[in-house]
This record gives sequence, C-alpha cells and structure tokens, in this order.
Amino acid sequence: MARAPEAQDRFVSGSGLPVDRLYTPLELPAFDYLEELGFPGLFPFTRGVQPTMYRGRPWTMRQYAGFGSAEETNRRFRYLLEQGQTGLSVAFDLPTQIGYDSDHPLSGGEVGKVGVAVDSVDDMATLFQAIPLDKVSTSMTINAPAIVLLAMYVVVAEEQGVAPGALSGTVQNDILKEYVARGTYIFPPRPSMRLVTDIFRYCSRHLPEWNTISISGYHIREAGATAVQEVAFTLANGLAYVDAARQAGLDIDAFAPRLSFFFNAHSDLFEEVAKFRAARRLWARLMRERMKAKNPRSWMLRFHAQTAGSALTAQQPDNNVVRVALQALAAVLGGAQSLHTNSRDEALALPSEESVRIALRTQQIIAFESGVTASADPLGGSYLVENLTRTVEEGALAYLERIDALGGAVAAIERGFMQDEIHRSAYQTQLQLEGGKRQVVGVNCFQDDQAPSSPGKAMGIRLDPRVEDRQRRRLEALRRSRDAGAVTGALEALAAAAREAAADLFPPILDAVRYRATLGEVCGTLREVFGEHEPSVAG
Amino acid sequence: MNRPSPAEEGTGIPDLPPIRVLIAKAGLDGHDRGALVVTRALRDAGMEVVYTGIRQTPEQIARAALQEDVDVVGLSSLSGAHAHLFPRVTEALRRLGREKVVVVGGGVIPEEDIPALREAGVEAVFTPGASLQAIVAFIRQRAGKVEDRE
Repeated sequence: MARAPEAQDRFVSGSGLPVDRLYTPLELPAFDYLEELGFPGLFPFTRGVQPTMYRGRPWTMRQYAGFGSAEETNRRFRYLLEQGQTGLSVAFDLPTQIGYDSDHPLSGGEVGKVGVAVDSVDDMATLFQAIPLDKVSTSMTINAPAIVLLAMYVVVAEEQGVAPGALSGTVQNDILKEYVARGTYIFPPRPSMRLVTDIFRYCSRHLPEWNTISISGYHIREAGATAVQEVAFTLANGLAYVDAARQAGLDIDAFAPRLSFFFNAHSDLFEEVAKFRAARRLWARLMRERMKAKNPRSWMLRFHAQTAGSALTAQQPDNNVVRVALQALAAVLGGAQSLHTNSRDEALALPSEESVRIALRTQQIIAFESGVTASADPLGGSYLVENLTRTVEEGALAYLERIDALGGAVAAIERGFMQDEIHRSAYQTQLQLEGGKRQVVGVNCFQDDQAPSSPGKAMGIRLDPRVEDRQRRRLEALRRSRDAGAVTGALEALAAAAREAAADLFPPILDAVRYRATLGEVCGTLREVFGEHEPSVAG
Repeated sequence: MNRPSPAEEGTGIPDLPPIRVLIAKAGLDGHDRGALVVTRALRDAGMEVVYTGIRQTPEQIARAALQEDVDVVGLSSLSGAHAHLFPRVTEALRRLGREKVVVVGGGVIPEEDIPALREAGVEAVFTPGASLQAIVAFIRQRAGKVEDRE
C-alpha cells in the first residue's frame, strides 16, 4: 500500500454509496443464489424479465420526438421508422400536457416548443398519418390529461379501421411524479388518481396490449434524486397506484401485468446496473408478498430507460456521444425493455436530425456490435454488482418504510417529503461539482477554451414561429365545422359523470373527443368539477 | 428585512441590508431543479430569496417583485419560451415602476437568442454549465453596491 497509495481516502459511487477496493465472497454473506437472483424470467426477476432476454430480440429502440406541428412531427416519425427505429414516442408541448388549447392565454410562447401541439382528434390523426397503428407501438408522454389523449388515439385508430384490441403502446399516466418532480399536473391528487384507475379499467377490457402507466423514476432522478431515491420514490408511487386501483374494485392480476416503469440511465455504470436489478427484485417481492398478486406477470417490473439529460454538458457537446453510449450500456446490462438515447446537443437546443441519428446508431452499435446481448444479465454474480444491488435495495426499502409511516406516497407527496429529499440531493450534487469533489470532463476539469459552448451550424433546429398562429386558425375552423350541439351535450354528460364518484370517465371522454371536443374543453370541464392542484411552494 | 443574515454576522463590516432576490419560473415549464439550486445558493451567500414556484405569468412575477420589494429578479425557463416571456417580465416591471430591478435569466437558451434578451433588459443570461459562483458574483456586483440601492 505504501508503494501504491490510493488517490482518495474514500471512493463513492455517483450517488455517494461507498465503494471498496475489492469485493470477494466475504462481502456477500449469506448469499442465496435462488432467493436473490434466480433465473431470467423467474421470480424475483433480478436477472431479467424474459428467459432469453436479448437473444430473442433486442430492446425496443424508441426515440422521444415531437416539436412544432403535427405535420412536422409526423415527418420526423416517418424518418425515424425509416432509420430502423422500432417504436414511436410522442413528446407533447406544454399546453397539451397541462390541458390548454393552443389559443388559451397561458399557452402564449409555449405552443409546439417542447413537443407537438395536439388540440383535437384531427391533430392526432395528422400526427399518425400514413403510420398504421396496428403495426407500431406508440408511447405517449402524457400525464394529467392522459385519459383524453388516449381516447383521441383510440378514435384515430377507429377511423383508420384499426380495432382497439390491436393497439400497443404506453401512456405515461404517472401523475404522482408530476407533483414530485415534473410539474405538469392539473387536478388535485385524489381526482387525478381516479383518472389513472379509469385508464387501468378501460384498458384491461379493451386495450389488452396497452401499457396503462409508465411509473417514472426518470424525472425524479433528473430533478436531483440519488439512485436509491429514484428506486424508492418510483416504487412507492407504484404501490399507491396499485392500492388506488384495488380500492376502485379492480382485480390486481387483471391490471398489474400492464404496469410498466421508466428509469434514468445515469453515468455511474455499475451503480446503474445494480439499480435496475434492485428495482426488479424489490418490486417482485412487494407485489408477491405485500400485495398478494398471484399472476407472475404482475410481479414483473418491465422498464423503459432514457439516458440522463442532466448529465449532458453544454461544454464540448460532442463528448456527450460518449456519455450517452456508456449510459445506454448500463441500461442494456441492466435489462431494459426499451431505450431512448439522448442527442449530444440537447443541453443547448432541440436536437438536429444528425444528432438524433447518432443517438439511434449508438443503440444499434451496442445491440449488434458489442456482443453484450448474447447472455442474460452478464454482470450477475459479480461480487461488486451483487453488493451494490443489495445496497440499493436496502436503501430503497428503508425509504419505503418512512413513506409508509407518513401514510403512503400520496400523503408523503402532499407533505413535500419526496420533494425535500430530492432538492437536498440536487443541491449537494451541485456543491460537489463546484467544490471539485465530483469531476465532469469539460466542466470542472479538462476544460477547453477553444471549444464553443454554443451550438454550431450543424446542431440544433429552429422552430417555425408560425406554429402558434396555425394552431389557432385550425381551432377556429374546427369549432365552426363541428356539430356544436353534440359537443355541448357530450361535455355536459362528462361533467355529470365527473360529479358521480363511482362513474367511469373513459366512455364520456371518448364520446366528447369523437365529436371533436378539444383537449382544452374536456380538461376545462373536469377543472370545473375537480378544481386545480395548488402546490405548496418549495424552496 | 434589516436583520443581518448569518453569513454577514460578525464580519465587522458595516451592515448593509441583504440583497433581496425573487427567483421565478416563467411560463408552463415545470423543470425547477436549477431554480431551486440557485435559490439555495443565493441564500447561502447571505441574500434573502423568495421562490415563486412554477407556472407564473409575467404579470404575476412583476407583481411579486413589487410586493417583495426585491433588488433582483432571476427568471428560469427550460421550455424554449424565454424569447416570448422574459421581455414581457421586464415590460411588466417597467409598468409597475420597477425598472431599477436587475433582471437575469437562466435555462436552455441558445446563444443566438441572448442579444435580443439583453436588448429587452435581461442583464445576464446563465446557460447550462454556468457555476453558482458566477451567478452569486454577478448579482453581488450588480446589486450589492450601496449607491445602486435605495
């Protein structure tokens, strides 16, 4: 040791977990292979949810895209499908995500910015023009108004001649993490949970191939959480949805197999692999032992992963290609079912087509060149990774106990517990970065004065500033051409159903959007009955 | 408001009232990690900081700046709506007679948008990778001088 001193007194993972010099069987006391790992496709699914994993087929390569108008986004979707992408993922603009039409006063400046503007079924039809909905799977990042956008998708499919049963895809529909981390809530938590379970109910009867929710740690991690907090808060939210659905009278083994998850693929390779494995094992145990689910599919944690947007640097942006490759590798070694890889220029602007292509090629190189797909859970049995997996699971379980003591996830969120924990972690991370305790290449070490920190000509795209005007005109035309009496009647029926606590809201929403009620009109009707969420201001 | 902050106590320097800052999330964007981290950092630097929470209109922000009698407004937007929203905040501040308030901004803001924001009265724009030290230093330098403050 004297001749080879170590550079630091203490080594820690990206989330601050201690990492020792060497791991041996001594650091894995009482290790029971069958209980802790088992086999891929079998409880507790530590090694993956399918017996053959990527030997059957690789994960779904699903790049999140959407900007400007439905026409522009439709062109980007068709481009991505031509490039070999295997699923679609829709980004909606903020007015759509918060249930405002493009001509609402609060929509000013936001229309078409972070995603595509969808005001009505007609916009949704344009978005999927010439894309057969029975042939692709579509993921929609939509939460507070998820029930409305899903209803629009069902109507577009009907009008394409595709039966609901043939549709596959996902709605994010995870309202709890909106209160915690992402901010696109509309209604207070309790009526929001009702909308979530109404989607579970409708899909279990009519859309058997649809993932009814994507319980998301991604945004929790992006907001600053550690790996342990990401797992803990996501699974706590998951348990709250299961409880709510059971209270609404749904059978756990009818809806739980369609629950899906969404995690962040961050920068510390082994910690991330351990995180995915720990999340799978912990969820399986919770669902079987605590929730008493009987169907093995109810125990499985299937997840989408996205590389960490917050780890991208504005400095030396080409370095992000390498970061994304390592993060994507972590997701694959961790057994992801689908993956989005970020583009190098996303810390600067919306990504260019060239950057998106490199991001997709990164996945294809991992899938078809690296060889890591040949064997399930290739890091299983590593003394280090098994140790980290245990540490993450134990840490998450300790948080779950604290959340239970607060009365569960909904109560913990209402009291700001998760939010405070995340904000503290975020501030610590920034202080470590500025104090030099955490190194980021190009940011606080290996800086390059010559490298421009602004996007070069090849990078970024500019949005067409006329999108907002076009959407306004389209809304005017829609309101003139539709059957106004039918729309009013459908919205009144929806309001009446919303006032009945036991009524299922999916059918009246489906009717309303079929008659071309707009998103803002449907959400406005529900706002009047449910009220709006008033956050307690953090900080 | 004249209570010395912990950071300034016992320094022997004649007490200046702490710099007052409003951190505001303009528009519909809910990404407030940056706004919250900056809020904490400015507090740790001895400033009095009020955070508005997310989804504020330009008018709400200007009114809060008036009510809280702040020296500085820090605007955050990561949704690309900065070019629309930030100038409306400086305009609303002017209408309320608060043109002396120093306005700064931060977020995912492309380089080519910055000149227009500066033109509209946003004195500095901090983009991804900006350090807390730089933000604190700028605010101290712009709002911390006795002669700049009433």
